[in-house]
Amino acid sequence: MDMNQYLSMFIDESNDHLQSLNENMLQLEGNPEDLGIVQVIFRSAHTLKGMAATMGFEDLASLTHKMENVLDLVRNEKLKMQDFIFDTLFKSLDALETMVQDITGGGEGKADVSSIVASLQAIENGEWTGGNAPAADANQSPNTSTPSAVELDEFQYSVLDQSIAEGHRVLYIEVLVSEQSQLKGVRAYMVFDLLERSGEVVKSFPTVQDIEQEKFERSFSLYYITTKEAQELEKGIMSISEIESAKVIQLDQETLQQMTNQAAAAVEVADAPVPAPEAVSLNTKDSSKDEAKPVASKPAPPKQAAAPSRTIRVDIERLDVLMNLFSELLIDRSRLEQLASETGNNDLSDTVAHLSRVSTDLQNIVLKLRMVPVDTVFNRFPRMIRDLAKTLDKKIDLVITGAETELDRTVIDEIGDPLVHLLRNAVDHGVESIAERVAAGKPEMGTVNLRAFHSGNHVFIEIEDDGKGIYRDNLLKTAVKRGVVTEEQGAKMSDDEVNQLLFAPGFSTADKISDISGRGVGLDVVKSKITSLGGNVTIHSTPGKGTNFSVQLPLTLSIIAAMLVRLGSEKYAVPLSSIVETAIVQRQQVRNIHGNKMITFRESLIPYLSLSEVFGVPDFNDADEQETEIVVIRKGERLAAVAVEEFIGQSEIVLKSMGTYLPSIEGISGATILGDGQVALILDPNAFIK
Amino acid sequence: MEEELKVIVFKLGSEEYGIEVDKVQTIERMMPITRVPKTLSFVKGVINLRGVVIPVIDLRGRFSLPESEYTDQTRIVIVGVDDMQVGFIVDSANDVIDIKRDAIDTPPEVVGGVKARYLRGVAKLEDSRLLIMLNLHEVLNKSEIVQLESIEG
Repeated sequence: MDMNQYLSMFIDESNDHLQSLNENMLQLEGNPEDLGIVQVIFRSAHTLKGMAATMGFEDLASLTHKMENVLDLVRNEKLKMQDFIFDTLFKSLDALETMVQDITGGGEGKADVSSIVASLQAIENGEWTGGNAPAADANQSPNTSTPSAVELDEFQYSVLDQSIAEGHRVLYIEVLVSEQSQLKGVRAYMVFDLLERSGEVVKSFPTVQDIEQEKFERSFSLYYITTKEAQELEKGIMSISEIESAKVIQLDQETLQQMTNQAAAAVEVADAPVPAPEAVSLNTKDSSKDEAKPVASKPAPPKQAAAPSRTIRVDIERLDVLMNLFSELLIDRSRLEQLASETGNNDLSDTVAHLSRVSTDLQNIVLKLRMVPVDTVFNRFPRMIRDLAKTLDKKIDLVITGAETELDRTVIDEIGDPLVHLLRNAVDHGVESIAERVAAGKPEMGTVNLRAFHSGNHVFIEIEDDGKGIYRDNLLKTAVKRGVVTEEQGAKMSDDEVNQLLFAPGFSTADKISDISGRGVGLDVVKSKITSLGGNVTIHSTPGKGTNFSVQLPLTLSIIAAMLVRLGSEKYAVPLSSIVETAIVQRQQVRNIHGNKMITFRESLIPYLSLSEVFGVPDFNDADEQETEIVVIRKGERLAAVAVEEFIGQSEIVLKSMGTYLPSIEGISGATILGDGQVALILDPNAFIK
Repeated sequence: MEEELKVIVFKLGSEEYGIEVDKVQTIERMMPITRVPKTLSFVKGVINLRGVVIPVIDLRGRFSLPESEYTDQTRIVIVGVDDMQVGFIVDSANDVIDIKRDAIDTPPEVVGGVKARYLRGVAKLEDSRLLIMLNLHEVLNKSEIVQLESIEG
C-alpha cells in the first residue's frame, strides 16, 4: 500500500496528539493525582503508537510504546507520578516531536533515543533511584520489552494453577510474526497446530477466532500446558517460517499469580489490534481483575473535539493559489470600475457596482479562510515556560487569554519566534528569583500574562510580567557603556525612549549572557521581525512592578487598504493603517530648524519629508509649489508629514513581491498592480520615521 | 554525437547575443515601466507581466554600453534563473536558431567591452556571424549588484 497519501494526515494528526499530550502532561503536573488525565494521555499515546506503527515508523512506535507502559502503571496506581517521571515523559515527548519533524522533512523519523528508552525502562522496572518500586515486575524474562500478559478468568487460572501443582509445565508464550509476513493468520495457525500436538492452549490473546481472522498486529501470546521443555518448544516455533521471535517462559505458581494480577491491569496495553484506538479498556481507579475486561470502545475524544468536527483540512498551498487568483480578480475589478466611470454607461456601472459588492464579500471570506487562532502558536508556550522555570529555579504562572484571537496564517507563521524570545526574556530577566520576590514582598509565584486581542485593524499580543521591571538608570548606564547612546543623549530621552533602547542592536543589560536569553541580545531581531510584518512593538515598564511588551500586528499581510498618491507621473500607495490624516500646507509653513524641515501640526512640530527628494522623482518637486498636499503618517507615537503632489484616493491593494533580484529598498515595502495595469510601489512609512 | 542547442538571438548595438531557449520565458514588446527609486541606473524599474511584478534591467546599462532610445524593435526578454525572474531590455530579438554545442568557443579575454565573465562563450555561425552566449548566472549575480550599489550609493 502506498502510504504517502496518508503521510500529511499522519503528520497533522501526530502533531495534534503531541500537542494534546504536552498540554495534558502539564495539567497532570499541576494535579498529579488525577488519573482521569492519565487516561487521556494514555489514549493519546496509544493512538499515536498505532498510527506510527501503521505508517511503518518503528522508532516512533516503540518509543510511544515505552511511554505507554509507564503510563499504564500510573493509571493503574502501580506507580506514582513524580518529577523524574514527568521529566522523562517530557523528554520523550520532545524526542517524539523531533521524530515527527524529521518525518515532516521527508526523513524516516529515526532518532537515537536509547537514553530515554533506558530511563523509561528503568521507571517501568522500578529501578530508577529515589522512587518506590512499581508493582509490575520484570520476572518474565530478562529481555522483556513488553509486559504483555494475558488476562485469565478464574477458571482458567485455577486450571493453570492446578496443572502446576500436579507437576505439569505451564508456559507463557509470546510469538512475534515477521513484519513482512503476508499471511499472519496462517503463521499463527501453524504455531497453534504445532502446540496442540503436544499440549493444550488454555488461553490466547487475542482470541483464536481473532487470530484466525488476522485481527492482531504482529504478536500474540498464550498460556500453554505441556510436558515438553520450554527450549524445545521455542525451537519448534522458531522453525516455522516468518516467525520473528518466540518467547517461552515457564511459570510457577508465584509468577503465574503475579502475571495474572498484572494482566488484569495491563490487558489492553499489549499490542492492541490496529486501528489502535479501538481496544482501550475503561479501567477506573477501582479496577479489579474482574472489571478490567477489555471493552472495545472509542476512547473519549479530547475535550475540545467533543462535537463532531465540521471542519476540513486544506493544504495551505491551495489557499495561496486561491488568494492569488482572487487578487487578480481584485485588480480586474479596479480596472472595471475605472472603465465604467470613464464610459458612463449606467448598466455597466450597476453591474460593476454589484461585482464590487460581491467581490468584497468574497474577499472577506477568502481572508477569513486564512485566519488561524493564535492558539496554534500559544499552545507550545506553557510547556516552554515550565521548562524554563525549572531550569531557572523560579515559579512561574503563565496566564493565557485571548488564544482564540485570529490572525492571518502568514503572520502566525512568522510571529512564533519573536514571541518565544519575548517570553523567555520575561521569565529570565523579568521575573525575579524566588528569594528576591519574597524579599520584595511579592508572592513566590511570578505571573506572566500572555494576552491577545483585536483592536481595529490590528491584533495586539501582550507579554506582561510582574517582575522587577526596567530601571532607567541601569539601562542608560549599559547603553552608554555599549556605545548605543552618549550620556548627553541619554539624559534628554524620555522614559519610553530609554525603554526602546532595549531594541537597539548589540545591547544587553544582562551582566552574564545566559543561554536562555539576554534582555537585548536578539531583541533587535525581534523588533525587526515584527516591523517586517508591518507591526510594531512597544515597552511599558514600572520599576519594581513589572514590564509589558506590546506587539501590534496587522490582521493580514496580503490585502491592505491604502491611499494612492501621485508625484508627477509616478504613483505610490501609502498603507492606510499608518496614515493619521491628510492636509494641505503652505510653503511658508515649512520651517527650517537646524537643517531639518519641520511643520507645525496640531500644535506640535513634526518632521516634513519631501518624498520627491528622497525618491528622486524626475517630474515633480514640492519645493516648486506654493501649496503642498501632505500625508501625516505615524509610527508608534511619532508623526511625520510626507509631501506629495496629489491624492488619488483610497483603494484596496494586493501586495505583490518584487521578486528576489532587486535588493530591498529603504522606504519601499513592495509593489501592487493598479486598476490600469500599472505597477505602483508601496511606501513603508516606518522607514521614514527614525 | 553533436548536441544541438536552441538559442534565442537578440541584438545590442551591432553585437548578437544568445540565451538558451529554456531560460527564456517570453519576449515582450516595450511596456510601461514603473521606476524604482534608489536602485542602480541600469535597473529600469518593474513591469506588470500578467499580474506578476518583474524587475527590468537595461542590458546595455548592465554591460556598461551606451544606452540608446527605445524603438519599435526594443524588446523585453523575460528570463528565469533559480526562481528569479528578470526582464532584459534589448535592442531587438527576432530569431531562434539551433547551434551545435561544440561550435561554442570559450570567450577570448575581451569581447566588445563586455566583461568576459558574463559570457559563456562565442558561437561561430555559418555565414561567419558571431553569437555571444550569455552566462545568465553572472549577469544576474546579486552580490555584484550589492557591491555596485555600495560604490555608487
